[in-house]
Amino acid sequence: MELYNCSLEELWQRLEQGEVSSLEVTRSVFGRIAAVDDTIAAYLETDEKGALAQAEAADECRRKGEKTTPVTGIPLGLKDLLSTKGLKTTCASRMLADYRPEYDATVVARLREAGAVITGKLNMDEFAMGSSTENSAIKATRNPWDLKRVPGGSSGGSVAAVAAATAIATLGSDTGGSIRQPASFCGVVGMKPTYGRVSRYGLVAFASSLDQIGPVTLTVADAALLLGVIAGHDKRDSTSVDLPVADYYGALKKDIKGLKIGVPKEYFGAGLDPEVEAAVRLGCSQLAASGAQLDDVSLPHTDYAVATYYLLATAEASSNLARYDGVKYGFRADDADGLLDMYRKTRAQGFGDEVKRRIMLGTYALSSGYYDAYYRKAQQVRTLITRDFDKVFADCDVLVSPVCPTPAFAFGEKVDDPLSMYLSDILTIPVNLAGLPAISVPCGFTKAGLPIGLQIIAKPFAEETLLRVAWHYEQLAGWSGHRPTLAGEAV
Amino acid sequence: MDYEIVIGLEVHCQLLTETKIFCGCSTHFGNPPNQNSCPVCTGMPGALPVLNRKVVDFAVRAGLATACEIIPNSVFARKNYFYPDLPKGYQISQFELPICVDGYLDIEVEEATKRIGITRIHMEEDAGKLVHPEHEHGVSYVDYNRACVPLIEIVSEPDMRSSAEAVAYLKALRDIVVYLGVCDGNMEEGSFRCDANISLRRWGAPELGTRAELKNMNSFRNVQRAIEYEVERQRDILDGGGLVVQETRLWNVDRGISMSMRGKEEAHDYRYFPDPDLLPVVVDEAWVESVRQSLPELPALKRQRIVADYAIPIADVEVLTADRAMADYFEAVVKLFAQPKAVANWIMVELMKFLNEDKTSITQCPITPQGLAELLSLIDEGAISGKIGKQVFSQMYSAADNDPRQMVEAQGLAQMSDAGELATLVDEIVAANDDKVKEYQQGKVKLFGFFVGQVMKQTKGQANPQMVNQLLKEKIG
Repeated sequence: MELYNCSLEELWQRLEQGEVSSLEVTRSVFGRIAAVDDTIAAYLETDEKGALAQAEAADECRRKGEKTTPVTGIPLGLKDLLSTKGLKTTCASRMLADYRPEYDATVVARLREAGAVITGKLNMDEFAMGSSTENSAIKATRNPWDLKRVPGGSSGGSVAAVAAATAIATLGSDTGGSIRQPASFCGVVGMKPTYGRVSRYGLVAFASSLDQIGPVTLTVADAALLLGVIAGHDKRDSTSVDLPVADYYGALKKDIKGLKIGVPKEYFGAGLDPEVEAAVRLGCSQLAASGAQLDDVSLPHTDYAVATYYLLATAEASSNLARYDGVKYGFRADDADGLLDMYRKTRAQGFGDEVKRRIMLGTYALSSGYYDAYYRKAQQVRTLITRDFDKVFADCDVLVSPVCPTPAFAFGEKVDDPLSMYLSDILTIPVNLAGLPAISVPCGFTKAGLPIGLQIIAKPFAEETLLRVAWHYEQLAGWSGHRPTLAGEAV
Repeated sequence: MDYEIVIGLEVHCQLLTETKIFCGCSTHFGNPPNQNSCPVCTGMPGALPVLNRKVVDFAVRAGLATACEIIPNSVFARKNYFYPDLPKGYQISQFELPICVDGYLDIEVEEATKRIGITRIHMEEDAGKLVHPEHEHGVSYVDYNRACVPLIEIVSEPDMRSSAEAVAYLKALRDIVVYLGVCDGNMEEGSFRCDANISLRRWGAPELGTRAELKNMNSFRNVQRAIEYEVERQRDILDGGGLVVQETRLWNVDRGISMSMRGKEEAHDYRYFPDPDLLPVVVDEAWVESVRQSLPELPALKRQRIVADYAIPIADVEVLTADRAMADYFEAVVKLFAQPKAVANWIMVELMKFLNEDKTSITQCPITPQGLAELLSLIDEGAISGKIGKQVFSQMYSAADNDPRQMVEAQGLAQMSDAGELATLVDEIVAANDDKVKEYQQGKVKLFGFFVGQVMKQTKGQANPQMVNQLLKEKIG
């Protein structure tokens, strides 16, 4: 098997045993990028020179017998909203097309510290606003399983790169499903940790109370390994929580007998594709057969989640994106006359349509006279949605559901209908509102050959249980690790 | 017509912390532009604020000193507006849940005490500074050294009824924050700044009139002038049957007038909402208690106590307590030399003269309280004269090794108080000036000074003046 096709776990073991070098793995991945990224378009920028230097350093580190981590020498890609010192961080926006941060995000610093090889920066919906990566101002990323379809979003590049083997694993960010939904569309594992588990310092903010960085990987074990490196308290992020980080990888194989799994009925409602439903129901029964106990549960406020999310996320975004004003960094309109005109033109020309739509929605929700009816009300409903989860988690250890009501859709299918695009996140959004950890695990394919994802949701900071159930499911179902056949490849 | 004047003040105090409110950058004033900056205080994408605990401490100090209730779970909010000196496009402030509420401050106006309500005190970050160079047309620069420097805003109730009351309140408040060590109180440099809300209403009217907000008054004098100008402006409008417009006005110091800056229609909608990057500020009872224990004696109480304890005039006490360190110095000296009035005089006349000439503060004073007390004891014991005392004081001020007793000894400055020695000297001088003695005895009493002067001259000023007077009186009548 080509090195680029291996899982992180396998490469880690082979690197530790000295069977391969990081330089070989890194060259293999860059060879793969050269071969297929023109087609997939996952990368916005690659850093081959930097990556090879990091690979050499990792090999040197192993040769000397210095302390290593599971990611030492592993080529990893980063969603282009994670600040990388000296390496462009564009958020796939015209606004930041030439912006090079002067500092590393905490997760990036942790990866570097751990000896990882950074391959480059990955495409996304502009400022993480979207569900298809079609809102990238720079390029459209294709779904490796069907090039006419979207990879999902907003972490479309992060997910397509793992699916197309142009990175061993990547980091994405999930505000309303932006890791899990594309992972389900591209047949890989995508995880959103508990809000506060991973530092947001250096993650360019979309909606601060919802954003969370997480791993995108080929297998659950890979996700456990990568999360172990990036998780943990950071004094630079006041919302990061000071709790010990468990040995997620070491705990994967512990038994799940007697574990209680809730199946929320609201997540199997109207609009759910029958093939998706069948695959997820099968997954549930496989888990039951392995000794877990299934229970039907209800999350009664689920219907309000999308509306709540689009008030809160846009309100926060309208404020978070105010800093892009042409004064300090990034794009500045050059035809402006005076300060006000500079603001107007810079923001009119620098932002894409979806970003502007959300800034306007959020500005409206916070405006004097509307705040109580929209923002405050949405916060109250958010509390109700969180309580729904608290109640079912009094009895259940995890919940299982589909990730997205449908498999990947075609380019252009939803761009003119924002509301239908928003609804593709209907099953992932409540998890962000409640701040819970959740994962998308491959759970089969439609007749047309499109991947389907199964979502597992756990209690706050119960990543260990979440990953353990996901790992057991993965072993039972065997859908992880499948690779699409790309044009030009031998079948 | 006669109107009641209604004034409320909003005071911003720059806090004396070493680092900024949400990052570790220095707050040091006067560094080259943008030297005190980092990704957090320049609003780089992805950077996050982390609250400086000292700022909370200072806000609680100010709250306790003004009898406020301390809110155990206050919340930071974002105030959204665009301006180039505001790097994030919002200011982190507090809105619905400030850290302190419902306090008051007692002020003295025309010999009466009046209580002014304090609505709230909240914490916030300062903005940067725009620089418009004269020689570069159409270009402006931004200096973010001041961005993210901590402020507290103290908002009063509309309880003041005259410009004098407003100034008395402002002075009392400034005294307090300076005493607390939370702010340097410098109005000219803008570390203590004030906005005034002013309205007029007919006597007895239950509701408040339409108010104007005044900004840009950088001294007590200007606050007074600006308020008086505004009161007259509104009175003229109302007397003429017009309506006061709700607006923000800027005081123009040079012209002595205020001008409209923006009207109600142009007022910002700041779209406040809780900042999701910061957790609620939890201040528990133990924290409040520890701050309470560390509070210094406040200026008003200190004055009352000093007047009562030391029986010195209120005018002296006001001078001595204008600065907390000065008051401490005074009390330290009195503890060692228990003649408060004499100590007060020496501090106000001699010490302050030297400090003013040096433009330095009492904390930098080279003469320790022990030193001054020792000097005053030497004078009191009669070991040296007051005049020599002043000379020694001057030397003490500029010398490194400045024990007055050693100085007096080493330089032979001790007063001549030996009655026999002085009597011999007086005899000699009287004998040598026979003619002047006659003139004196014939009624030219002024000549008495001549004899004293002669004695002093011969003793290089060290003769005990009381004894010289007495001996001369005995000798020449």
